[in-house]
Amino acid sequence: MGMNSVTNIGRNGIQDWIIQRVTAYVLALYTLFLLGFFVTTEVDYQAWSALFAQGWFKIFSLLALLSIAGHAWVGLWTVSTDYIKSAMPRFLLQAACVLVMFVYVVWGIQILWGL
Amino acid sequence: MLVSLYRYNPETDNAPYMQDVEVELPEGKDLMVLDVLALAKEKDPTVAYRRSCREGVCGSDGMNMNGKNGLACITPVSDVAKNNKLVLRPLPGLPVIRDLVVDMGLFYKQYEKVMPYLVNENPAPAIERLQSPEDREKLDGLYECILCACCSTACPSFWWNPDKFIGPSGLLQAYRFLADSRDTAQAERLANLDDPFSVFRCRGIMNCVSVCPKGLNPTKAIGHIRNLLLQRAT
Repeated sequence: MGMNSVTNIGRNGIQDWIIQRVTAYVLALYTLFLLGFFVTTEVDYQAWSALFAQGWFKIFSLLALLSIAGHAWVGLWTVSTDYIKSAMPRFLLQAACVLVMFVYVVWGIQILWGL
Repeated sequence: MLVSLYRYNPETDNAPYMQDVEVELPEGKDLMVLDVLALAKEKDPTVAYRRSCREGVCGSDGMNMNGKNGLACITPVSDVAKNNKLVLRPLPGLPVIRDLVVDMGLFYKQYEKVMPYLVNENPAPAIERLQSPEDREKLDGLYECILCACCSTACPSFWWNPDKFIGPSGLLQAYRFLADSRDTAQAERLANLDDPFSVFRCRGIMNCVSVCPKGLNPTKAIGHIRNLLLQRAT
């Protein structure tokens, strides 16, 4: 009876749901941290580049970036299946979303590690 | 009182339209919406609607009254009418058969999916399958559903995916049997629910809770189902 789906990131509903929840927590933490940083530090180029020079913050940023990608995949997949009823345009939109997120992740890794 | 009625006869009308009927209400009495509808039908006998028990038990006269779903027979006119005007429309999201009568086929299809009956493979005992008072208590707030469809047709997720999302009513019933100590098919029931649509299209906006004429809480039942799925998956 269960509806088969191959274009969502998780294999089933519960997996999508957990990804959505966990990534939401990561993004909330990252946002709060940055907010705290902006409030407590006088932000100039030195402070900003010192923050990103630290290994743990690069990892934290990468985690946040992957979380955005996962969160957006689940969210946009849901929106596209709500509103686009024909399979072909829906698949194209989903593929475009995934491509954009993939580019963001690779690009973000390049920026973080200065590759 | 001005009663604005949704009228549509697919055999003769190209499109639905609203018909205004002026109804005299008796002084000093707060009628139920169903009574006002009966008075309107005296003026124009062609208007079609469903009703049966007229006391909130059968669930036949679910409709949209001034924008909110409910049972016409137990909703006082004073609760819904604004500026002495009562607007009656069919339950949203289901195909209209005629006027206020909707085709409940999809709603029942979703209900059927959750296997709304006790499954027990063990041989039946001589007298009955006993249940402790504590286990019986777990079914309170679940078994009272009368399948009027007010909740599911107030749910945008059900409007968008009525063929795939089970909807608040069906999910309340799904949990009613998941929570039953006498049922032995919990694993099978959960396996049927873990796709991305059946349960997880619920976004928790609680329209279902705000319209349920029996005061039930499908959102809470859906949360329980999600927890069961989570326990099963981790």
